[in-house]
Amino acid sequence: MPWMNPLARIRDAWRGQRARDKELRNLVSNLPYEGLDKHKQPNRHFPGNGIKTTKYSILFFLPMNLFEQFHRLANLYFVGLAILNFVPMVQAFEPEVALIPICVILALTALKDAWEDFGRYQSDKELNGLPCFVYSRKKKCYVEKRWKDVRVGDFVKVESNDTVPADLLLLFTSDPNGVCHIETANLDGETNLKQRRAVPGACVTDPEFEPESFTGVVICEKPNINLNHFKCYIEKVDKEKLGAGISNLLLRGCTVRNTGYAIGFVVYAGHETKSMLNNNGPRYKRSRLERRLNVDVIFCILLLVLMCIIGSLGHYLWLESMPGVPLYLVPHGDGHLDTPSLASFYMFFSMIILLQVLIPISLYVSIELVKIGQIFFITNDLDLYDEDTDSRVQCKALNITEDLGQIQFIFSDKTGTLTENKMVFRRCSIMGIEYPHKENAVRLSVLNKRDEDEDVLFSQTPSTKQPWSLDSEEPPEKKSERTSKSKAHSDVAFSSPLETEVIPDQKLLRQLGGTDRTDAYLDFFLALAICNTVVVSMATGKRRRSSVFLQRRQSTPLDTFSSLMKKLGSWTCLRIRSTPDTSPSAQELSGDLTGGQTRHLHVPPRGTTPAVPTDELCYEAESPDEAVLVHTAKAYGFVLLSRTPDSVTVRLPSGAQLRYEVLDTLTFDSTRKRMSVLVRHPISKQCILYTKGADYAIMELLETPHGGKLQTDIASDTQQHLDCYAKDGLRTLCITKKVLSDREYENWAVKRHQALTAMDDREQLIMDSAVTIETDLCLLGATGVEDRLQDNVPDTIMSLREAGIRVWVLTGDKTETAVNIGYACRLLEPDDLLINMSCQNKITCTSTLNCALEEVRRFADDPRNVDTTPDISLVIDGRTLTMVTSPDLRERFVDLAKRCRSVLCCRVTPLQKSHVVKFIREKLKVMTLAVGDGANDVNMIQAADIGVGVCGQEGMQAVMASDFAISRFKHLKKLLLVHGHWCYSRLANMVIYFFYKNAANVNLLFWFQFFCGFTANAMIDHWLMIFFNLIFTSVPPVMFGIMDKDVSAEMLLGLPELYRTGQGKGEYTFFTFWMSMLDAFYQSLVAFFVPYYTYRGSNIDIFSFGTPLNTISLFTILLHLSIEIKAWTFVHVIVIVGSVLLYFGVTLAYGFMYLNYSGFWTLQTQMADPMFYLVCLIATVIALLPRYLFHVLKNSIAPSPIVQARHLDTLEPSARDQWMKEWRSFRGGVQDKTPDESVPPSPSLESLNDDSIMDDEFTLNVITESRHRPGSL
Amino acid sequence: MASSYNAKEEDGHHSGAAGHGGAGADKSRKPDNTAFKQQRLPAWQPILTAGTVLPAFFVIGLIFIPIGIGLYVTSNNIKEFEIDYTGVDSKSECYACARNFSWNSTTPCTCSMNFTLEQPFESNVFMYYGLSNFYQNHRRYVKSRDDSQLNGDPTALKDPSKECEPYRTSEGLPIAPCGAIANSLFNDTLELHYVDSNGTKLEIPLVKKGIAWWTDKHVKFRNPNGNTNLTVAFQGTSKPVNWGKPVYELDPLDPENNGFINEDFIVWMRTAALPTFRKLYRIIQKKSSTTPTLPSGRYILSITYNYPVLSFDGRKRMILSTISWMGGKNPFLGIAYITVGSICFFLGVVLLIIHHKYDNRNTSADIPN
Repeated sequence: MPWMNPLARIRDAWRGQRARDKELRNLVSNLPYEGLDKHKQPNRHFPGNGIKTTKYSILFFLPMNLFEQFHRLANLYFVGLAILNFVPMVQAFEPEVALIPICVILALTALKDAWEDFGRYQSDKELNGLPCFVYSRKKKCYVEKRWKDVRVGDFVKVESNDTVPADLLLLFTSDPNGVCHIETANLDGETNLKQRRAVPGACVTDPEFEPESFTGVVICEKPNINLNHFKCYIEKVDKEKLGAGISNLLLRGCTVRNTGYAIGFVVYAGHETKSMLNNNGPRYKRSRLERRLNVDVIFCILLLVLMCIIGSLGHYLWLESMPGVPLYLVPHGDGHLDTPSLASFYMFFSMIILLQVLIPISLYVSIELVKIGQIFFITNDLDLYDEDTDSRVQCKALNITEDLGQIQFIFSDKTGTLTENKMVFRRCSIMGIEYPHKENAVRLSVLNKRDEDEDVLFSQTPSTKQPWSLDSEEPPEKKSERTSKSKAHSDVAFSSPLETEVIPDQKLLRQLGGTDRTDAYLDFFLALAICNTVVVSMATGKRRRSSVFLQRRQSTPLDTFSSLMKKLGSWTCLRIRSTPDTSPSAQELSGDLTGGQTRHLHVPPRGTTPAVPTDELCYEAESPDEAVLVHTAKAYGFVLLSRTPDSVTVRLPSGAQLRYEVLDTLTFDSTRKRMSVLVRHPISKQCILYTKGADYAIMELLETPHGGKLQTDIASDTQQHLDCYAKDGLRTLCITKKVLSDREYENWAVKRHQALTAMDDREQLIMDSAVTIETDLCLLGATGVEDRLQDNVPDTIMSLREAGIRVWVLTGDKTETAVNIGYACRLLEPDDLLINMSCQNKITCTSTLNCALEEVRRFADDPRNVDTTPDISLVIDGRTLTMVTSPDLRERFVDLAKRCRSVLCCRVTPLQKSHVVKFIREKLKVMTLAVGDGANDVNMIQAADIGVGVCGQEGMQAVMASDFAISRFKHLKKLLLVHGHWCYSRLANMVIYFFYKNAANVNLLFWFQFFCGFTANAMIDHWLMIFFNLIFTSVPPVMFGIMDKDVSAEMLLGLPELYRTGQGKGEYTFFTFWMSMLDAFYQSLVAFFVPYYTYRGSNIDIFSFGTPLNTISLFTILLHLSIEIKAWTFVHVIVIVGSVLLYFGVTLAYGFMYLNYSGFWTLQTQMADPMFYLVCLIATVIALLPRYLFHVLKNSIAPSPIVQARHLDTLEPSARDQWMKEWRSFRGGVQDKTPDESVPPSPSLESLNDDSIMDDEFTLNVITESRHRPGSL
Repeated sequence: MASSYNAKEEDGHHSGAAGHGGAGADKSRKPDNTAFKQQRLPAWQPILTAGTVLPAFFVIGLIFIPIGIGLYVTSNNIKEFEIDYTGVDSKSECYACARNFSWNSTTPCTCSMNFTLEQPFESNVFMYYGLSNFYQNHRRYVKSRDDSQLNGDPTALKDPSKECEPYRTSEGLPIAPCGAIANSLFNDTLELHYVDSNGTKLEIPLVKKGIAWWTDKHVKFRNPNGNTNLTVAFQGTSKPVNWGKPVYELDPLDPENNGFINEDFIVWMRTAALPTFRKLYRIIQKKSSTTPTLPSGRYILSITYNYPVLSFDGRKRMILSTISWMGGKNPFLGIAYITVGSICFFLGVVLLIIHHKYDNRNTSADIPN
């Protein structure tokens, strides 16, 4: 580095800081400055592309890590104590000894941190070293550089299947349209291809892009975290401004697909890239148990202070009572003695040091270890593994496992969470006429019912395998496995590509074939094909992970997109083929379709004709709804052939290809609830706006009925059909069209352009511009798409409800659709008291709410319903929800919600979802879990205590935001009922045990103070005392916390009621904490006073006295744990026996080897004395007797449900199942009651008066006990 | 199938290169189906109910009661005699000695006490001195010693540990043995005389070896430079301030019991656990199988009164005790065993009732159909 004036350097650094902080950045090409000194580089202020995600560097690891660790209050406390120990006045231990525990704890944590950091360092190194191509002016070509050498202002060339090294402003691609396809799977997990386009007009050179000719200034915003937003413009030398947005940006970490190469200008590098800004580590959440635990730590501190005060007071009185200066009072170095008051003041601190272990230092580390173990087991659960996606459950938040066991409310999204989010086209309505698509329905039901048939079909028509995006997400080997295996999963049939095929409705086909009103029909299907953001890619050229079937069938090398397009052009005629799998009606249909009409319904079987190019079209849709509509259009012959930012090519049934110029795409957003595409018809040159959207969003925008009665009729007919679809649980969409005059368009386009180039408020302006054009629409028709429930959803919801969890479903769907799904998934039961709240204004809302409350209260006050949770369900829509959560109605709504078993909220926005979660969480003070799969659930997932993401069809945003990620909704059952319960009960018991353990041990020292003049002396060697907590008794509780199993998984799944033990306060309560503390006091009293009375007045020395005390304490503590352990495996035995052996081994070795130990040879002598064993035996028995007896009596006289389940566990499987059925039947709702079942089980207790049941107290017990709980919420 | 696998490998390769977050998994992520990972390790799941623990209570009861009886009987058979010679009471012989105490006095104060043994002591008799209210377990007192010095470390001899302050040096010389414990060594001398029927005083021989732990005497405590000429070995050191004579004159007659390995000293250095304690002083060995070690009758205890205890309300006692396998006389453990055994037995009965009343329905595997 050349010499530089320090002042200039400072100025430069300051300027750099300013440049980085500015709202807008001016970036210029690096090329003119290539080879110059660093300080002459224009972009030197911006960070390079090297990344460093490590927290520490080797040199500063120790100080930084320690600094980090000292943020924990507990660590600080112990360091404070250790320092206190260096004050000679108060030191209770040898100062070095006092340092050991804190050092061990710090070292353990540091080791863990270092290991994690090393992993990050290695992955950083790997990433930084990846190769990429950067343009060099000297060499006039792209030279290979490493990622870390890329700088802002460079020109980077990315080839197909390469990963983008930094955020690039796309300037040029090998595609003639300037399009580049990217896959963002590394960023957000979405596997569908997205299009990015070069900034139009940015490059002037042809055919090759010359980076040196780029002379403009790129002005972009400050780096931010938003992945879907980017504001930038290029100011050319002639001051012309070229707007650019997110669609022109290649994000670091994306992979370029289907594009020869792309050249981009680096705008953000390294840590300023959007992906790095988004890359935060695992989030830290505090679990409820941990919050309670901290309260108890404070109790412990208070207790400690109390004990220390007693100690110091005692010391004062002891000194005061002395008539003279006794021999054993050691004066200070200069021969003077402290006054009693000063001595007792010092003694207070000495006591704190002595009794410090009362605050469990190793508790926090132990909890962390236990949670690591618990997460290990959760992620390794075979039942939570999904074969189809090859994914395990992911735990992203590492420290809230036990919260899973305390959930009281679940807020669930519907689409994609309860349902598959794989859409099947069912019905449509065009121009007010319904087309039920019966054949399609028949075919689907056949497919679903008889899976084996599908196998046959599959083998007959391998070419029908349509690897559309959703399927191709699964790895090929899985797919082939699936087809070769017999269909075990019912969802296999569903996700099979056959379902993307639609058998056209005959009537509709005839209609299309005829001349009558064809325009509207054509428009309808054109709208389906055009009005979307589906990207077309070639099956072969798509991605290497595409279908095995295709790769095996066709060995042709990858064709480029353009050559395929050329080939396509030569196809003029397509033959109709009907495959053998189609139902008779389809065959019939093919016969109908003669007469020059060509349809491409199904792909010809292999060998008969050359592969039809349309086979190889892959539709990459962002949402399954879009995909299914495109497929539907395709089934009717309207094939979407390609989509570029400027154009859409559609092949009509007649075989003609139309290339529509896309003037604009008004993307979907949740406020507008619709999307539009503005195209120019290639022949008529008309501007046409196709809009599709939610019915309520569209119906308001229909053109005013000046065009005669027809439109209104169509609208009302369609509305009828829509309602009917909704009742069937179908998702509905309305399709409209609008023709704009050129003038209108031009006017609008100007506004639009302004909106697009605006720097401030761009989103709002863009949305406003969209709203202005989406008016006076002409309704074409509506579609009904089915989204099927996932496997075992009703069963899961039933179990969750039985477990005392209230399930709320929040959906954006129509009320009717939602209610229907609600019944299907047994969220709602036919004999529920269903309260439907849908109000237009606040007054009706208030009265409805009051009525509902009245009703519910009456139901609850009814003496017959005393012990039951009323089966009340509430259906409420978004608008009403906003009203009832307003401050004045809030309390009443909470009251109502508290009494409802399940709640269904329809038409809620993402923001409302999170409001509801927050509202309930805060008002009812309950543990909430939110589960969702899409970006619209992210708010909700983050608002809840636990967020669960379902890896679904809608990308990974929900998963990214979640604490746990599962692949199917049904996994929630085991995750909560089994793992949640286990984690909670394990951790709760372990934490209680930890407090107990330390208290029991430390109290021995406390009692000894009464006999040593409160001088903070210990009767155990300090080393052994430290080891006692750190080594001898630390492993068993950790193992207990990881591995104990109070009830088997089968029981927990079979009897969801058992989950209720963890809800509310659960096992870790004020009561249990203090009970165990009392027990600790009792046990320490026994462990102290039995040896005391035995050795009183004898010639025992201090360490010989301490040895039995310590031994008794060890045995008591370990046997106490043994009482608590519910399931003994060999690991338990090894750990406990190992601890005992270790204790004796270490103590013996210590007494043997350490000559300077005043207690030399103590344990050896004691172990040669029979009295030692007798004392240890009786003291241990006395100490444990109460707890043992308590457990025995409780289990015998009033067994908890858990204990009863444990009893069942020991039975034969068949007998067990019968008992379980017996048990569950009291819940009233487990039997497979179908809507037509005549006698639904009554929820009242009166129904239990069946004699044989009443006799059986065992079962009754459970009912009453568990029933009381939810009421007391 | 092979082709599918290749395709997959390839895929795994390039996604790995991307490297953001998780690299592509090369194998199926399906968890192993092992008993450990699936938490299905074979486990014993005991349920504590009246029925299952019944036998344990009865067994405990049946074992503890005999043990307790045995302990109680053993303890009762131990003969023990105790006499307080502090001299608090003005009528006491040692009253004068107790009052006029001074560390500096050169003339030892002596007194003697008469006592009568009602019963003869048959086996070996252990003679203890007992101190009350003497907090040998005071924290700073316990620490006030230098174990390396006591182990004969020559450097520690010349430069004792800081723990010994303020008894570390005296007049510029290091104190050997240093520290408060050594400084406060019990230095009364006790002698026992039997007064036979004719009134003649017979001195009872007291054995002063074998009163300390073998390991302490032979391993832990060592004289500097072995046992050769202790006067030279301890040259350049000073005696503890309260001591009348230096450490190498503790037992001038027996080199094996002199210096740091003096057994009285070693016994004292094993600090007592509780403020009221006894320490073994001498052993009276049984001479013949026919005559008791200490026949019943009158005895005289002669005390050279050196040790002040009135400053802390202390008491000094002389204890004579026969000894059994369970040590000295202490009925506590026997009573405890009997009590606990009885309670357990009683609880066993209670549990039996509870078991009959509640338990059978849990354990019965009959399923009501």
